[in-house]
Amino acid sequence: MTTQLEGPATRALPAPEVEEARSTSLLGQVVKIVLLGLVVATAIWGAFPLVENEYWAGLALLLATTAGLLYLYLTPRHIPAKYLVPGTLFLVVFQIFPVLYTASTAFTNFGDGHRGSKAEAITAIQTASVTRVPGSTEYQLKILTRGDVATGPLAFLITDPKTGQVSIGDGAGLKPADAVPPAGYTVLNAGQASARSKEITDFAVPTSTGAIRSSGLSRAYEGKAVRAYDFASDSIRDTTDGKVWKADDAIGSFVAADGDRLAQGWKVGVGFSNFTRVLTDDTIASSFLGTLVWDFLFAIGSTGGTFLLGMFCAIALQSTRMRFRGLYRILMVLPYAMPSFAMLLVWRDMFNTDFGLINNVLGIHVDWLGTPITAQLAVLLVQLWLGYPYMFLVTTGALQAIPAELTDATKVDGAGPFQAFRAIKLPLLLVALTPLLISSFAFNFNNFNAIYLTTEGGPFPADNPNAGATDLLITYTYRLAFGGSGAQYGFAAAISIFIFLIVAVVSGVSFRRTRAQEEVYS
Amino acid sequence: MIKWFRDTGWRHLVAVLAVAFSLGPILFVFSAAINPLGTLSSSTLVPSGASLDNFGRLFTDTNFPQWFVNSVAIAGLASIISIFLSALAAFAFSRRRFRGRRSGLLFLLLIQMFPQFLAVVALFLIFSKITDLWPGIGFNTWWGMILLYLGGALGVNTWLMKGFFDTVPKELDESATVDGASHTGIFFRILLPLVSPIIAVAGLLAFIGTINEFLLANLFLRDGASKTLAVGLYGLVQGSDRNTNFGIFCAGTLLTAIPTVGVFMYLQRYIVEGLSAGAVKG
Repeated sequence: MTTQLEGPATRALPAPEVEEARSTSLLGQVVKIVLLGLVVATAIWGAFPLVENEYWAGLALLLATTAGLLYLYLTPRHIPAKYLVPGTLFLVVFQIFPVLYTASTAFTNFGDGHRGSKAEAITAIQTASVTRVPGSTEYQLKILTRGDVATGPLAFLITDPKTGQVSIGDGAGLKPADAVPPAGYTVLNAGQASARSKEITDFAVPTSTGAIRSSGLSRAYEGKAVRAYDFASDSIRDTTDGKVWKADDAIGSFVAADGDRLAQGWKVGVGFSNFTRVLTDDTIASSFLGTLVWDFLFAIGSTGGTFLLGMFCAIALQSTRMRFRGLYRILMVLPYAMPSFAMLLVWRDMFNTDFGLINNVLGIHVDWLGTPITAQLAVLLVQLWLGYPYMFLVTTGALQAIPAELTDATKVDGAGPFQAFRAIKLPLLLVALTPLLISSFAFNFNNFNAIYLTTEGGPFPADNPNAGATDLLITYTYRLAFGGSGAQYGFAAAISIFIFLIVAVVSGVSFRRTRAQEEVYS
Repeated sequence: MIKWFRDTGWRHLVAVLAVAFSLGPILFVFSAAINPLGTLSSSTLVPSGASLDNFGRLFTDTNFPQWFVNSVAIAGLASIISIFLSALAAFAFSRRRFRGRRSGLLFLLLIQMFPQFLAVVALFLIFSKITDLWPGIGFNTWWGMILLYLGGALGVNTWLMKGFFDTVPKELDESATVDGASHTGIFFRILLPLVSPIIAVAGLLAFIGTINEFLLANLFLRDGASKTLAVGLYGLVQGSDRNTNFGIFCAGTLLTAIPTVGVFMYLQRYIVEGLSAGAVKG
């Protein structure tokens, strides 16, 4: 099979077309057939639920992907794609698509109170305003759930005392039940139900005139909605006091004439207002700026500190005449191998004022995590401990790659060890390690665990519970998106786009200033 | 004597100080783990007594063995598959010249910089749908978590590996081609054995990263039996249990470190070599 001897010797690789036709071992063929068979089998397994639920678009996508994969691996062409496609598939589905989806929410008011469509908001408002009318029917109630008894979604199973009709109701409405309990549901026993009594009290099944709500854990009643939607005037009217909230489609809320807004709104596009809010809203702009500055200090401090200490230790341990080098090295890098999430929590307790290790050993009584400066020093120290072993390992490796002749030459020229280090080794080290330092910077700029597991962003100033002294942009954003005071996904997404731009610009500029770029594009 | 100190003595001094800094917190964890009282307020640097009570309670009162199996299985499978995927991609980027190569590499770097966990809402919605359709790969499952982590398979690792692959001379490929090897043959038989240091390093980094991943696991693994070590151990020291459970928590931390420390010591030599060569080539 060596017919290609006259092949193009100057090219790195011969033309792809001829390659596949050449020796492909039997084993290779078998593996290929088995893998493609697995792909087809997975596709068939995945297709059934799609057909069952009539998701035709999803089915078409699945078919197209499978057909594409089969074509790609059965034709001899497109060799780079054969190697790139497997990872890219996962990248597209679980990273690019979610990121684009998130980016698109930055232009909406998506968040607590603005989750669903307008119709859902109207149903929710009407259901929430349901009050009991004297003399209304009382049903027997059983509380059901699909899934875990402690967290699964709730449903009501109600029996009409007059007709004996059994129905099942959830957030979508009431429908007749086929069995007791219906397939896929479990009935909560008294203990499980009372553990979730708050949720059960808030739960309501919408009906045409109002909603069914629980009264205790075994009775339910149908109440009438006090607030009703009027289609003609596109507004909500309160039947008791006659107050009217008119729909405002620009902000996705029902607004009364006096400016009062109903808590339940719907999701609408808001253009760039989330972005302008970061820059113009005074409280947000100032806390954003303060957080940004500290974020830079934190990322530079963590990266620079670990690099300096790691490099210093690497130089100290570089002498070949030194004994116990291997032992020192293993003991020094142990922090790197410890589970960092757990060690962050341990450090948090080591900084405890009353019985923390640091205060005990030093015999002092400092409220480390209670004041801004000490808390910032504390998280930097933790970062140093976690990160310097990695830098130590990396610099050790890079130092070994610098030829000894270079330093010997400086000795001949009469330079001291420090001069030789500054003039020769450091620049070479920096060239070698800059890409790593940049990615370390980018990682620390968004180092969520480092802050969330130690200080949770605190300490907080008395007037602003949203931006703490050690908050990074990422923890600040997390609190906006998932925090206690109501989720603001749209606004959080806008900030994450800012974060992305900042990190991308910083990294881009630094890459341009190093030779890394030439290496990559060669 | 002074000359000795200037030559090697200071080196020992630095090393001893660094070792003390490194080991201090670990010693604290160790002594808290064997502290019979098992509370944070009674923990000291030097153990005041010794017992295995905390380890016993860890196994009887919590789901620790299950968490451990979950963590090792998820992190192990996810890192093996993702290393394989990024090795494939790095091979294409290092050895092939094709349209979109340059922009592909830059794009991988850029997508990493988007704070990925903010896509959590989107991921959560996607996985709600997946759980409805295919419960076997949805919430609370190993495969769901692994799929999620594979989304990041191409990225930093691809860059690290591409740098290392570039250091293997192309002449090797050429002579293998002359001898009749196909591109798969070159990849599996020639390149992979030569780049084993970087495979080892990237594998270890991916494993450590996945074991430590807390945020996504915390949101996606809700059932007690499906939790990973990060989620389970975090639950032990939440809120009012923080002081009382500290001993058990430290016992769990020590046991969690065993697989990583073991692999780490075994791969030490490779790690220095692999990291530096990958770094030099960016």
